[in-house]
Amino acid sequence: MAELSATSSGQPGSPGLAAPTPGPRLKRAWGPAFEAILVPLGAILLALVLFGLFCKAQGQDPFKVYASIYKASFGSWFAFQNTLMRTAPLMLTALCTALPARLGMIVIGNEGALVMGGIGAVIAGLAVPAWPPHLALGLMALSGMIWGGLWISLSAGLRQYRGVNETISSLLLNYISIAILNHLVNGPMKDPSSLNKPSSFPIAEEIMLGRITFGDFTMRVHWGLGYGLVACVILWFLMQRTTFGYQARFIGANPKAARLGGLPVNRTTLITCFLAGGCAGVAGMVEVAAVHGRANESLAAGFGYAGILVAFVARFHPLAIVPVSLLLGGILASSGILQRAHKLPDSTSLVFQGLVFLVILFSDSLYGRFKIFKP
Amino acid sequence: MTLIPPENLERFTQAPASLELYRITKKFGDFTAADEISLTVPPGTVHALLGENGAGKSTLVKCVMGFHPATSGEIMVGGHVQEIQHPSDARKYGIGMVYQHFTLVPSMTVTENLVLSRPDVPAAVNWKQETARLEEFMATEAPFKVPLHKRASELAAGEKQKTEILKQLYLKSRILILDEPTSVLTPAEATEVLALLRQMTVAGKLSIIIITHKFREVFSFADDVTVLRRGKLAGQGKVKELDRDTLAAMMMGGASEAKRAPSAPPATGPKPTAPASTRRTALRVKQLSVLGDNGITAVKDVSFELAAGEVLGIAGVAGNGQRELMEVLGGQRPAASGTLEAHDQPYRGTRRDILTHQFHTLPEEPLRNACAPMLSVAENIALRTFDQPPQARWKWLLNFRAIRKSALPLIEAYSIKTRGPDTPIRDLSGGNVQRAILARELSTRPIKILVVSEPCFGLDFAATDFVHQKITEARDRGVAVLVVSSDLDELLKITDRLLVMSGGTITYETPTATADVAVIGSHMAGHG
Repeated sequence: MAELSATSSGQPGSPGLAAPTPGPRLKRAWGPAFEAILVPLGAILLALVLFGLFCKAQGQDPFKVYASIYKASFGSWFAFQNTLMRTAPLMLTALCTALPARLGMIVIGNEGALVMGGIGAVIAGLAVPAWPPHLALGLMALSGMIWGGLWISLSAGLRQYRGVNETISSLLLNYISIAILNHLVNGPMKDPSSLNKPSSFPIAEEIMLGRITFGDFTMRVHWGLGYGLVACVILWFLMQRTTFGYQARFIGANPKAARLGGLPVNRTTLITCFLAGGCAGVAGMVEVAAVHGRANESLAAGFGYAGILVAFVARFHPLAIVPVSLLLGGILASSGILQRAHKLPDSTSLVFQGLVFLVILFSDSLYGRFKIFKP
Repeated sequence: MTLIPPENLERFTQAPASLELYRITKKFGDFTAADEISLTVPPGTVHALLGENGAGKSTLVKCVMGFHPATSGEIMVGGHVQEIQHPSDARKYGIGMVYQHFTLVPSMTVTENLVLSRPDVPAAVNWKQETARLEEFMATEAPFKVPLHKRASELAAGEKQKTEILKQLYLKSRILILDEPTSVLTPAEATEVLALLRQMTVAGKLSIIIITHKFREVFSFADDVTVLRRGKLAGQGKVKELDRDTLAAMMMGGASEAKRAPSAPPATGPKPTAPASTRRTALRVKQLSVLGDNGITAVKDVSFELAAGEVLGIAGVAGNGQRELMEVLGGQRPAASGTLEAHDQPYRGTRRDILTHQFHTLPEEPLRNACAPMLSVAENIALRTFDQPPQARWKWLLNFRAIRKSALPLIEAYSIKTRGPDTPIRDLSGGNVQRAILARELSTRPIKILVVSEPCFGLDFAATDFVHQKITEARDRGVAVLVVSSDLDELLKITDRLLVMSGGTITYETPTATADVAVIGSHMAGHG
């Protein structure tokens, strides 16, 4: 079209690199980075204000509510450990949305992949009760990863080969996985002694995931936190520093151009989604091996859905997931106190999460609008 | 702006006024999209605007419609200079436009669509009254009938296009601008719609400017024709006094050569010495058929061979299957049937095949078809080499320093204007994106097969020469080059052999040295 050629007027002359635009060097180098941090931060501030108004409407002093939230999440060593225990699965489930996002996909099947991973881990754990703990844990993690990975790969396969929208399919797979879990713990895997809450048989005490210890100092926090941190770092490295990550990012930016370069679009998509689902699966394994010791409906406790929020707030950056998970872990840890100290309903923390999510989605439209960040 | 009392404005909506464009120029930055174009549409006539994609047709009519005011020049309606700054101004003078694609709301009935298109539609619509008024309009003024109660989605394409035209008449437009109105219609529907419009112009009720690149429509329906090429007036006249081949030559370029010496176009550079038959076939396309986006066969049974050290051109009016052919060669679209062979081996477009045969492709509109817009210039340039040392270590680790280091000399050599190798490529202007992709596809030394489409679209003359020179250099190194272009001048300049593509098939083949522009033109026009 005429317009296209209009904007594409190649300027004659030969200077290759245009003269650097005047302006402080610092701003040129760091402008975009500042933008990537300050925009979500501003959005979270806005969400805090909105939630404050909500608390006000409920007849509570927002400042006191925030003080309680802080106290219950970061106020003491005990509270902080509570937060950390929630951070671990959040990091892993957030990766389930963050990795496919690099390919331009919005996957929200985190909860389902977590549940499947939990089932896989229990089956592996029940199969090898007498193995040395490290080997048994490795096998459980591997099994959780494969189950979760295949679960999300299903979504990816439906998209690549059948054109099914991955957001819808992964969302629906959540419900299917929870139904499978319910079927298993009420049927083939049911432990007859679990009467109130149908559960699978428990895995052996010896092969449970232990607490983090340094010398003789033991935390209440289990090693799942380490799994999460390692996964975030490894996957950051994979996406940013390897040829595989380059392929994935190129496909995410323009699949048509990627095909031109002969990049294996379908294979890369499937592998990325497998890894993503695998992370959520490991989250399920951590919940089973460190917390519940068995598979039951407590697996679907909402860490998967909260992980979607973490991934969006972190703008799908694997390393940014770590601090964001910590923050959201704190909010989750404080949901009890809101009920006890402020007589706010238990679901108030969901209101908060929802507000953050909406404001963050809105803030996505603000990138590039502020001149001050322009290099 | 000239203020015209409303009672005077009324005449514009009674009968068509004369429309005159005088030396209209439209610039975007340094780029001149329309250069001093003048044309006249007397009342009750059909004026065809002919030209390739990017020739400036849309730019010109958008000036008339007030979507973007002209940089200079004057528009006269009814013999007086009028300022048209905004689409509402155009509407005031009874100028309306029918677009290539439908603008009807599919889930609404024709009545609803028509009423809602009015600029003054009230907040609460009295449907009874509006329907009565519409029915009266249909009974008295409308040249053809459309079922008012049907939903737009239930209408056939021809009926939809008729509704679009009726909408303009209902809005009291008396000068209609039609932008490729028949591209979505079957030939029978097209003939019907155009014939009805023709009747209305003959009756003096309408004037029409029709944008098209179908010669048949020009000859059957238009009184006058203006041909644009690269933003400039390439020819103008009464349709009666022109023939198809002249028109084709005007449109595609090569007109001057055609007049000067039809049998001897300018020879170019050093030609390879070996005759084509003895050189090795680099690319063989065998009975290739491809479906277009709409599921209709776009390329039908195309076969050709491309030898090493040869530049083969494919000429044709855009939309005759070239894009789909290109996409199959670039691995972006599956073939419905037929095979590709590179160096006598089956070619499937996988990364390994691309590397083995050094098969490089440069599609049209590179930002859309060949770039990852969010990734940096250096990363985009690395698409062909990122998994080879030194850019990749142990096959897996990316070496960013090497990627940037190999991008820097290319940025310099291809004059890519960018703040640096780390700037996202979408921040570059189109011409610079084109250069970056050229750098990527042409710079790899052992390249053996090169397929390019519209390589110089949107480039200035210096850059065009640069690209042509690079292609010729590649040819002289023994690269097999295929150039798909809608610019005949370009093809005549740089190719050794020419194919003409029309209606999805190859209809004509000639060595460029003995090519007859008139014959090529008539094959491009779809009859020969």
